[in-house]
Amino acid sequence: MKTRARSEVDLPPEIAKNIAACIQCGSCTGSCGSSRKMDYTPRQLWRLVQSGMKEEIFNSGTFWLCSSCYLCTLRCPRGLPLTDTMAALKRAAMAQGWFKDKKSPFFYRAFLNTVRKYGRVREAEMMGRYFLALGDPGTPLSFTPLGVKLMVKGKIAPHIPSFGRQGKLDALYRKVKELEAAL
Amino acid sequence: MKYLYYPGCSLESTAKEYDISVRALMGALGSELVELDDWTCCGASAADASSYLLSLVLPARNLALAARSAQDADFLVPCSACYLNLLRADDQMNRSARTANAVNQALGEEGLSYAGGIRIRHLLDVLANDTGPERIAAAVKRALSGLSVAPYYGCQVFRPYRIFDDPERPRSMDALIRATGADVFDWQMGSKCCGAGLMTTKKELALELVADILEAAKGADCIATVCPMCQMNLEISQKKICRMRGRDLAISVLYLPQLIGFALGLPESGLRLDLNMALTESFQARLLQVQPAVN
Repeated sequence: MKTRARSEVDLPPEIAKNIAACIQCGSCTGSCGSSRKMDYTPRQLWRLVQSGMKEEIFNSGTFWLCSSCYLCTLRCPRGLPLTDTMAALKRAAMAQGWFKDKKSPFFYRAFLNTVRKYGRVREAEMMGRYFLALGDPGTPLSFTPLGVKLMVKGKIAPHIPSFGRQGKLDALYRKVKELEAAL
Repeated sequence: MKYLYYPGCSLESTAKEYDISVRALMGALGSELVELDDWTCCGASAADASSYLLSLVLPARNLALAARSAQDADFLVPCSACYLNLLRADDQMNRSARTANAVNQALGEEGLSYAGGIRIRHLLDVLANDTGPERIAAAVKRALSGLSVAPYYGCQVFRPYRIFDDPERPRSMDALIRATGADVFDWQMGSKCCGAGLMTTKKELALELVADILEAAKGADCIATVCPMCQMNLEISQKKICRMRGRDLAISVLYLPQLIGFALGLPESGLRLDLNMALTESFQARLLQVQPAVN
């Protein structure tokens, strides 16, 4: 993933717009199961967004801990699209290559590349791509017991990747990229 | 009744027993499932974290295929994440002509387009509202009397789209569970998050979320789920969670159609309880004690 100079990076305008009407009530933080592990609570993150403090925002791990449970969105008294904005922050961070922990962005990328190739998830290849991208032997080891359990049950099959083959969804992905560039 | 069926990727692998029990149960209840030809991944939560347009195009491709199939049938989806993504693509295209146009330009690469009109239904919605608890109760052959079942709904089946139940206090599973003869375990964690994909990327946090759910389920005989991600998160790390919290939190977790299917007397080939990762020995012994009703 390419990295741009941080001074060039801007907070996408949709993100600030989504949060403009936030009244800092904290219903989001109170509803969020992940907030216990966040460096900034959701409420604090939205304040940073309102203040345009992009350094603090993108250095924060907060939005990577969003599991898309939509409880904050359901309860926000202002009706703001909070979960969608967490996703928009993930997209902005991925596009800019601005993240401290590689796990989430590399996993999403491995997932989408596998789907591009086969049209459907192939767990073994997806996790292989993910581990390869991370280049850290500890992560695959931590998943070995799970992988073995799933294989014993016949739920995932060892899978030999087919290199060089035309991807099932290549045309669709290419067109999406082209359309996004034109936006 | 006929349904156009979208299993989704998990039901081909980690959630095979969900697919098998959905097909067997719906068949036993007299419904016909026609699997959508050439279906592809809905994008899960990965697409939305990467590209907004791709997060709509991936599910919309399946909606377009459903429309092209010209089956006059509702679109049945057992996975809550697929369900949300399909609803979201339909909703966003409906709200904005510009979005719909961009999605359709991409779909055009495969000669597809989507103009709305597909009725997307979650399995739970279909069981609660099309089939209904009365028909299930009438078909019960092995009543699960005395069994206490904790209904676990998870998040994305009711949030952000509240189609068929109250997302704060869901109860659509209650009557279905009672129809099997079992009791509904009264708890507050039925729609709290299991951590979903965080189990892969932020394991430490996801284990805490699951541990809270398992602690609250203490006292129930089993948990019933309606989503492959919830099911796997709740069942896969129980040993580790017991060590983490220093108490026995092991509990059986099964898919709702497995539970109902068992009560209906479906054979093991239609339930595949052998594929579940967390069925305690005492729970299995309990199931063996349930005798078929004489009638």
